[in-house]
Amino acid sequence: MSDTPILRLSDVSISLPTGSDRTHAVRNLSLRIAPGQCLCLVGESGSGKSVTGQAVLGVLPPALRQTSGSIAFRGAPLDTRQRGREIGTIFQEPTASLDPIMRIGDQLEEVLMVHGVRGRRARRARALELLDAVKLPEPERIHRAYPHEVSGGQAQRVVIAMALAFDPMLLIADEPTTALDVTTQAEILRLLRELQTARGSGLLFITHDLGVVADIADHVVVMQHGNAVEEGPVERVLSAPAHPYTRKLVAALPRRRAAQPPPSLRPDPVLEAEGVSLTYRGTTGLFRRTEIAAVQDVSLTLRRGETHGIVGESGSGKSSLVRCLLHLEQRKSGRIRIMGQDTTDWGTGLPRSIRQRLQIVLQDPYTALNPRQRIGDAVAEAARIHGASADQARDRARTLLERVGLSAQSYTRFPHEFSGGQRQRICIARALATEPEILIADEAVSALDVSIQAQILALFRELQERLGFAMLFVTHDLRVASAICDDITVLRAGQVVEQGPMDQIFDAPRDPYTRALLDAVPDKAGRAGNFPAASGEG
Amino acid sequence: MARIVTLKILRAVITLLIAVSLVFFFIRLSGDPALALAPPDAPPAVVEEYRTRLGLDQPLLTQYLRYIGGMFQGDFGYSIHTGRSAQSLFFERLPATLLLGLTALAIALGLGVTLGLIAALRHNSIIDRFVMGFSVFAFAMPNFFFGLLVVLSGALFFGVFFGGSGATRSFGQLLAPAATLGLAAMGSFARFTRSSLLETLNKPFMTALAVRGVPPRRRLLRHAIPNAAIPVVTMLGLSLGGIVAGAVVTEQVFSWPGIGRLLIRSVETRDIAVLQFIVLMVALTMTVTNLLVDLVYVILDPRMRGGQNG
Repeated sequence: MSDTPILRLSDVSISLPTGSDRTHAVRNLSLRIAPGQCLCLVGESGSGKSVTGQAVLGVLPPALRQTSGSIAFRGAPLDTRQRGREIGTIFQEPTASLDPIMRIGDQLEEVLMVHGVRGRRARRARALELLDAVKLPEPERIHRAYPHEVSGGQAQRVVIAMALAFDPMLLIADEPTTALDVTTQAEILRLLRELQTARGSGLLFITHDLGVVADIADHVVVMQHGNAVEEGPVERVLSAPAHPYTRKLVAALPRRRAAQPPPSLRPDPVLEAEGVSLTYRGTTGLFRRTEIAAVQDVSLTLRRGETHGIVGESGSGKSSLVRCLLHLEQRKSGRIRIMGQDTTDWGTGLPRSIRQRLQIVLQDPYTALNPRQRIGDAVAEAARIHGASADQARDRARTLLERVGLSAQSYTRFPHEFSGGQRQRICIARALATEPEILIADEAVSALDVSIQAQILALFRELQERLGFAMLFVTHDLRVASAICDDITVLRAGQVVEQGPMDQIFDAPRDPYTRALLDAVPDKAGRAGNFPAASGEG
Repeated sequence: MARIVTLKILRAVITLLIAVSLVFFFIRLSGDPALALAPPDAPPAVVEEYRTRLGLDQPLLTQYLRYIGGMFQGDFGYSIHTGRSAQSLFFERLPATLLLGLTALAIALGLGVTLGLIAALRHNSIIDRFVMGFSVFAFAMPNFFFGLLVVLSGALFFGVFFGGSGATRSFGQLLAPAATLGLAAMGSFARFTRSSLLETLNKPFMTALAVRGVPPRRRLLRHAIPNAAIPVVTMLGLSLGGIVAGAVVTEQVFSWPGIGRLLIRSVETRDIAVLQFIVLMVALTMTVTNLLVDLVYVILDPRMRGGQNG
């Protein structure tokens, strides 16, 4: 092994503009990547991991400045002309990192051209070869396509093909699989690992997901608030983390809940859906219409005090199903009973007395709150609408805010004064203000950092135990589903693939698609997950 | 592609028919033309005679069908005052207005886009602030007032009267009214171009291109500007409406013998046929322009080609 690392950061500090919540985005960071090595930079949002990648590439946002330290690429400072040729980069949003109005082939050939590949035919041949190398089906078709005409996974393969065009010594991948479905994520990770080992390049892999780390890393650097708090080989860091923050991260990974003894008598159903179907009408011509089946013949039962998970990849119809159950869409067919009352004929005009029983917590806590409404008022308003007096509503809002872990003084503050996790707590309090029997959590923890995610999941469980509501838990993340659900429905293309108790789905999946989903979950071996005590049998 | 075009043309025709019908009925709602035409103290019998002569005594539906029928045969009616056909009056004035409008549009587009590009590339500099300040002035300034200032300063400082010719008798005589007419559109083009380019420059794919080693000049010319042009094209279609509306006022201020002045005179004198024809032609211009904008849009942006937006 050569002595010169491919990438070496010595004592790098990057300052934030004055007035930020801390002085440095990155402080005194040192790391090195040897040929053929994959180094994972792990941390939650705001830890400085992406900024580090930008600093290496020389694309720091204008407000940030490297104030000290040095970045050396193969022993010398980076020349920006090496970018694209000796350093390949892969981004989080594959479709967003391609020019939307240029054909994929032309973009790929442009990279070849600016780095000196002469001759149009030579470039075209090489482009097709590269598309083939990243295992894209029908390279000719992809070559002709525009970015919006291919899937996210395919777009990421195109970006990888561009990054690998000149067999770079170093690959920088910033959350390359975060925006992808779990099965696609597994394929992309495998592809990256394969290509990187075959070519012996170094890989700087930036991620927030310890499961992904377990699958791909050789060496790990854990970052918190811009500081590297721990580093070491992946096995050691994941199995015996030394720093308290690393321990907290590992502990926060969603863990399967303890196996529940099957109760002799299951509680009453609060929500029953039978054969629900929904079609969207698309217009393809002036008079022609096409029907897209978003939900097809879905039945499910949600019982008092229990949690039913709806799991599926993007486009599987999860959100459409939720909209059907909330009576926000005109269903094509299917019967729905809420609290024993047949609501099938209510169409989209559910009476308030039933709406009150049915509340929802949405994915993005940043857009779910009115930025100009005091948070206490937001919670009290929900209670007011459903019949409480002003005084009662205010009292209930205070109690609820405390119950979700916020101080009573926060009543008069505005949403922007809270972090993402706190805002999600506010949304939960607001949903609970009407004392619902059914709470729908639509990807309610998906936008949160892993440690916050763990807190919110714990809060859901605690509130459910205390208040006894039933919860419909929609998620794309099987790990999260396994942490909280009693029953699970797996959706694919609007249809139920498999349905049953959580343990049965995870231990003995019957459908090949469910098996593929479970196989694709990062860190299946449980390297990150078997610390401190995996409940169930992982 | 052919299907999208056919659909769009079909829609344009429907839009025109609706416009024609609205004009027809609204003119008749706005007061009895016969009363306006007859002398103020004319006895009822005289007014009635006017009415019969103009065919206004017929039921509304009959008048409408006759009008639509005539339209398809190229008969748009005759001016009450001059007795000439509506279209001959219109086409006589058209070259003057076209010259004024197209020059104004060229000034607005050329100057506006250039200023916008410069401002975006010198983002947050003094140049940027100056250009943005100027563009606010440009579209906040009412053209009837600005036009008067131009005429006044021309007369005071250069000793010439800007306008009134309707032809390129002198460069200044065209430029002054055209600049007045194009001023507002220029301001919005400048702001629109600037914000569109700034937004594009901040897109992740621009960073991605940089780290793939694509040189800055190529990033700007081949990627940023084509992407930023898409919303500006939409703006172009919209601003045409402003220019048509502005032409009416500007022609009046500069005594420019164009369609705008013809329109005002026709309204004043209740010259129904001429009025109807002008409004029809304005609607046609707008519809055709928007059709063209839509087609250019489809050429510029492959995402519009799916057909679901057709």
